[in-house]
Amino acid sequence: MVKVLIPSGALGLGYDRAALARGIAAKPDIIAIDGGSTDSGPHYLGTGTSKYSRGSTKAEWRELMAARAEAGVPLVIGTAGTCGADDAVDWLVEITREIAAETGATLKLAVLKSGQSPEAMAHAFEAGRIAPLAAAPDVSAQTFRDCTNIVALAGAEQIQVALDTGADIVIAGRTTDTAIISALPLARGCHAGGAWHGSKIGECGALATTSPNSGTILIDFDETGFTMTPMGAEARATTHTVSAHMLYENSDPYILYEPGGHLDVRGASYVALDDRQVRVEGSAWVPSDTYTVKLEGARLAGYQTVSLALVRDPHYVAHIREWCDDIHVKCSAKARDRVGGEFTLELRLIGVDATLGALDTAPVVGSEVGVLGIVTAPTEAQSREVAKMLNPYLLHHPLTEQEEMPTFAFPFSPAEMSRGAIYEFCLNHVLELDDPMAAFSLTTQELGA
Amino acid sequence: MSRLVDLVPKVRSKNAGPFWLTVDVFCGTPEVFARVSGGLQTARVAKAFQTDPAMIKRFDMPDLNVVKFSLPRPEIQGTVFDRDMHGASFAQILGDFDI
Repeated sequence: MVKVLIPSGALGLGYDRAALARGIAAKPDIIAIDGGSTDSGPHYLGTGTSKYSRGSTKAEWRELMAARAEAGVPLVIGTAGTCGADDAVDWLVEITREIAAETGATLKLAVLKSGQSPEAMAHAFEAGRIAPLAAAPDVSAQTFRDCTNIVALAGAEQIQVALDTGADIVIAGRTTDTAIISALPLARGCHAGGAWHGSKIGECGALATTSPNSGTILIDFDETGFTMTPMGAEARATTHTVSAHMLYENSDPYILYEPGGHLDVRGASYVALDDRQVRVEGSAWVPSDTYTVKLEGARLAGYQTVSLALVRDPHYVAHIREWCDDIHVKCSAKARDRVGGEFTLELRLIGVDATLGALDTAPVVGSEVGVLGIVTAPTEAQSREVAKMLNPYLLHHPLTEQEEMPTFAFPFSPAEMSRGAIYEFCLNHVLELDDPMAAFSLTTQELGA
Repeated sequence: MSRLVDLVPKVRSKNAGPFWLTVDVFCGTPEVFARVSGGLQTARVAKAFQTDPAMIKRFDMPDLNVVKFSLPRPEIQGTVFDRDMHGASFAQILGDFDI
């Protein structure tokens, strides 16, 4: 039997301190927390940086390090620093060193890195060791070389190797959300289907309970399945909250692919042990013939400058699309003539259909419209130049030539806001490995010694 | 006829990775599930999302009273013309359906 304590869905999201304390009192065998995902977009992987503030991350990590010391068990974080790139791992290692120095803690730290060399991945692609997943974009060897960061998602095997060092804390780069939870139960011989299924249910903390914000949950893994227990005083796990979590962020609610195989929950049974605990058995782990890890990569997609104008004049609000279309034609022509190069100009109508665009079949227009001008170009200078050419139009463009010059509202000066370099995800592929550790590096260090 | 959003407790959409979108229709009761499962044709969903019906994965889940659709994202998450980083608002497209 292995008890895994999951403080929250991600470091930096926050949790209920009393729930965490209850979890520590329940004597877990390991504390596991996720550090990120792709869900906040390509910027973080593109730049190798964290989405959450350093202050929040440090404050929560300090509390988890103290909880770990109290419990005397390993603490493992996966996908450190939102994206799990090597720079983001180094960022969290640095924070960990600071905390250890400030608190006088002595501990052994294992660092598992998931970053891949673009050149090595280009060669692996040419050697036929990289295969596309469903809806993958077309790629060539050059696509890999263009990436600013490529990470491979570690599975349970790599986390197990890190835990085998005897480390007090494991800071891992990109991993699957589930691997940090399943690693120890699998290593100790718990039911494999139950280990992966419980890990999927637990990967978002208390999201699979009636009180998502309470954060902390405990999962007991054993030879036949798992039991989910929320640690929040008011939180309840029900057969519905637990079984419905397989829907969450999964394109298939029954099958979950992991390095080395897949989880199949079609045979799972969910039983309420009481009004807050749920027992799950019957899920199956199906090993694969080859061992593959998923790759994520991000590359530069240009430089962006945006500006926002507010249109409140009822006549212009009533003709807003016509107004924007005319500006788009005139400004694009001027920019092609005076700036040249490849650029895109988009005028997005906030308050009309900015959220859904062409998929919005029945937009309702209110008393005002925000016109968000978005310019994307290969260089920062081109992007800013085109955005500056847009400004006179957003400020004064008339619907007809025979009218007094109108003026529209700008909330800021300067009107243009540089978004800097922007990135895009360009890989949805798997890499075949002969040895699970082949694409990963593991180092250990003593802190405070 | 009812709008789906008035008929069911929740319609939710979210990214399933940067390349896929998934939409979950929580029907609440077996009666509503039967009505939604029968009345919400995949072809209509494909048309509303301007996508190929063959690319839509559909799951009718009576144990949960859920109808789930997964499809390639209309724009890859975070690319220049993507409008919704987390894919959270696509649920509204189904919510407006008459059932």
